[in-house]
Amino acid sequence: MIPAAFDYLAPASLDEAIDLLARHGPDAKILSGGMSLIPAMKIRLAEPAVIVDINGIPDFEYLREEGGQLHIGAMTRESAFEQSGLVRHGYPILFETAKVIADPLVRNRATIGGNIAHADPANDHPATMLAVGATIVARGPNGTREIAADDFFNGFFSTALEDGEMVTEIRVPAPTARTGSTYLKFERKVGDYAIAAVAVNLEVDEAGHCTSARIGLTNVSDVPMRARNAESALIGHAVNAKSIEAASREAAAECDPKADLRGPVEYKRDLVRVLAGRAIGRAVARAQGRTH
Amino acid sequence: MSLREIHLTVNGEARTATVENRLLLVHCIRENLGLTGTHVGCETSHCGACTIHVEGTPVKSCTMFAVQADGKSITTVEGLAGPDGISPVQEGFWEEHGLQCGFCTPGMMMTATALVRVEEEPSEAEIREAISGNLCRCTGYVNIVRAIQFAHRKIHSPAPVPVMAHEGGE
Repeated sequence: MIPAAFDYLAPASLDEAIDLLARHGPDAKILSGGMSLIPAMKIRLAEPAVIVDINGIPDFEYLREEGGQLHIGAMTRESAFEQSGLVRHGYPILFETAKVIADPLVRNRATIGGNIAHADPANDHPATMLAVGATIVARGPNGTREIAADDFFNGFFSTALEDGEMVTEIRVPAPTARTGSTYLKFERKVGDYAIAAVAVNLEVDEAGHCTSARIGLTNVSDVPMRARNAESALIGHAVNAKSIEAASREAAAECDPKADLRGPVEYKRDLVRVLAGRAIGRAVARAQGRTH
Repeated sequence: MSLREIHLTVNGEARTATVENRLLLVHCIRENLGLTGTHVGCETSHCGACTIHVEGTPVKSCTMFAVQADGKSITTVEGLAGPDGISPVQEGFWEEHGLQCGFCTPGMMMTATALVRVEEEPSEAEIREAISGNLCRCTGYVNIVRAIQFAHRKIHSPAPVPVMAHEGGE
């Protein structure tokens, strides 16, 4: 499996990378971790004429809390989320999401920026980013702008990034004392894409009512999606077995899976129902401080 | 066809290779550098037979371009043994029969070598998780897990030196 020939450019700074992307336009493809791009190039699904390798750009891998948000450098490797105490204890949903991506060797190379910018509906971070209400920071020839995760994924493998723009940072709001969140994925084997996965991020008040809820779904629609009807079934309601069941049924109804080698539509919908119920239950328990 | 000269440290030795941009690192290692211990299995990032270390981190060398290793230090299975003989991981695979056909073994040992650096002894579940990117179709993994446990013990809790019962001096 030999990729088509390409020119290889390795910018040493973000400015240089932006210049190269502007100069080469649609011929250029950004190489971050390469865990999706290189396999696609091997089977000639992708044949970019120019590769802009951003691995050599310094200070592009970081996880730091700033102004009530976790700032994540776009080149932060998935393995860094597993190794970070800050992430593990402060942002368990990010830990759980990174931990189930591909396998440990792939995670040593794979980056969060690549996972999001690639916008594969089977990728794990998009649903989580929708659930936590992340902000995607993009930089291009006209400067830097912030894009809400809700506006970022806008089609099949398509994002709000303009030509020549690249993801530079992801910002995740810090959870409050009443936040509970989790990512639950069901896969056939380690390293596979999700048959379905559910990301839940919610808040529960002292009276046991859900005051906010955001739910993201993986690989059951063409575009990473929020389960808004499921969210509505929770918000303002007491969280109990009945409301959780109602919300999980909504999620199953509103997703839009395709039949493929991972199963028929009916199976996937029911899997979403089961996973959503479990994930909401776990998030509620965390929000109420019963578990971590 | 554009060729590029890359300079890398391979198993501690400075090496140079002239490569096409599109050459995968694993092919550079095997064909340009002549180190055929690193295997090409699936070539689709699944099997891990091509696992090497880049700057000490285990990665699948079929999913990197050789040009990306320019200026980097890499270690292949040929670099595991030291002047004193085979490494604790290699010894573990030998002692615990951690291989049958041997095809996955180079990659398995590279992953294991990174894992056993950590001082705290990994549980069996943690070992199985760590090698989940390396496929073995012979062993059923049981002896691979034992081999890694052997290596970890050898490195971090070496058997106590037998104390001779000295009675009243020499």
